[in-house]
Amino acid sequence: MWNKRKEEEYPPKSPATPAATTSPIKENAPMSTNAAPAHHATESRGPAVIGKSVMIKGQIFSREDLTIDGEIDGSVELHEHRLTVGPNGKLQAGVKAREVVVLGTIHGNVEASDKIDIRKDAKLVGDIKTARIVIEDGAFFKGSIDIARPEAPRTPATPQSKQQAAIAPASNTAVTPANAPATATAGER
Amino acid sequence: MLKDRLRSEPFSPSLHSPPKKSGGQPQNRASNGLDQFFASLQDQQGLSILDFSGASQANISFITSMGHRIYSNDALRTLEEAFGTGGDFIANQSDPERAAKFLRENLDFPDRSFDGALIWDTLQFLAPPLLQDTVDRLYRILRPQSSLLAFFHAEEKAQTAPLYSYRIVESKIMSLTPRNQERPVQYFNNRSLEKLFQKFNSVKFFLTRDHLREVIVRR
Repeated sequence: MWNKRKEEEYPPKSPATPAATTSPIKENAPMSTNAAPAHHATESRGPAVIGKSVMIKGQIFSREDLTIDGEIDGSVELHEHRLTVGPNGKLQAGVKAREVVVLGTIHGNVEASDKIDIRKDAKLVGDIKTARIVIEDGAFFKGSIDIARPEAPRTPATPQSKQQAAIAPASNTAVTPANAPATATAGER
Repeated sequence: MLKDRLRSEPFSPSLHSPPKKSGGQPQNRASNGLDQFFASLQDQQGLSILDFSGASQANISFITSMGHRIYSNDALRTLEEAFGTGGDFIANQSDPERAAKFLRENLDFPDRSFDGALIWDTLQFLAPPLLQDTVDRLYRILRPQSSLLAFFHAEEKAQTAPLYSYRIVESKIMSLTPRNQERPVQYFNNRSLEKLFQKFNSVKFFLTRDHLREVIVRR
């Protein structure tokens, strides 16, 4: 099934877990309840993956980057992270993410607060709302494109601004991770 | 009803030589029709534009950079999906169920949804019953005073017509990438085009040296 973990395994943020008390987790670090050895806990690794033999009906919420190469019927939300739909991925789903990369198929509306990248041989049928879009020749797209004007660049995230972002997670005002080119969106337009 | 015609001369020989029909290399050419289309959108923002050229970074970037919303669809590909690619392509268009499905899947929008439509050369590959239904549907989904740009190959003796991917380079220059050679269902002259678009307010023609009749239709 899941190559690394299931969506049910994402716990609500809680300071009560032993891991949190022994080694503070950075805001952008991947979150997991996997009982990984201590020496793995701080290693960087790739995104979570839903393999090509997996089919899921329902809602997926992720607090880290996610690659889907299987079939999803429902909805996918990764508000501040990147979703990659692999070449075998087939989504019959609404998608919300910071960045979406499509190599497979999506039937559904896509909202990407930062960028959507539709690669050659990808197929997307649905309406797109994003700040930036890249479409390679050979991709099939049917739907409308709304370019959401990015707001003025913000100062680096402070605890207060993170709190504000949490109040309105669906808006494009969500604080982007420090490694994201937050000002690039304004320059693209 | 105002119907005016304009027979245009090419801007320059280099831009108006016919695009190569083999090799798939894109070639730029000037377009009076495209120029007129974007002139009709001038000084406006937030309009909705229908584009039948398929997923194209150039078209999307150009139109959204003007502050407009684009609805993109690869009409020729959806035509092939709906009616097949073989010898039955034209006959299948007479199948009421298939035709209704095509219209439902590709032109099912509320009335007056769009402020402009870039149809390119799609219409010449539609058989008469479906052709008129499609034009009627376009009339419904366009707002009054909006423009529609369509191309028709005017070389009647040719057995096939080149089929292109149309990409916007500038407001009056487009890039044509050969996709294939197809036999148009019918050839259109000015009179037949006026009849086809008789519901619309005006029809303006630009006949170029490379046998491409550009038509700007005003709703």
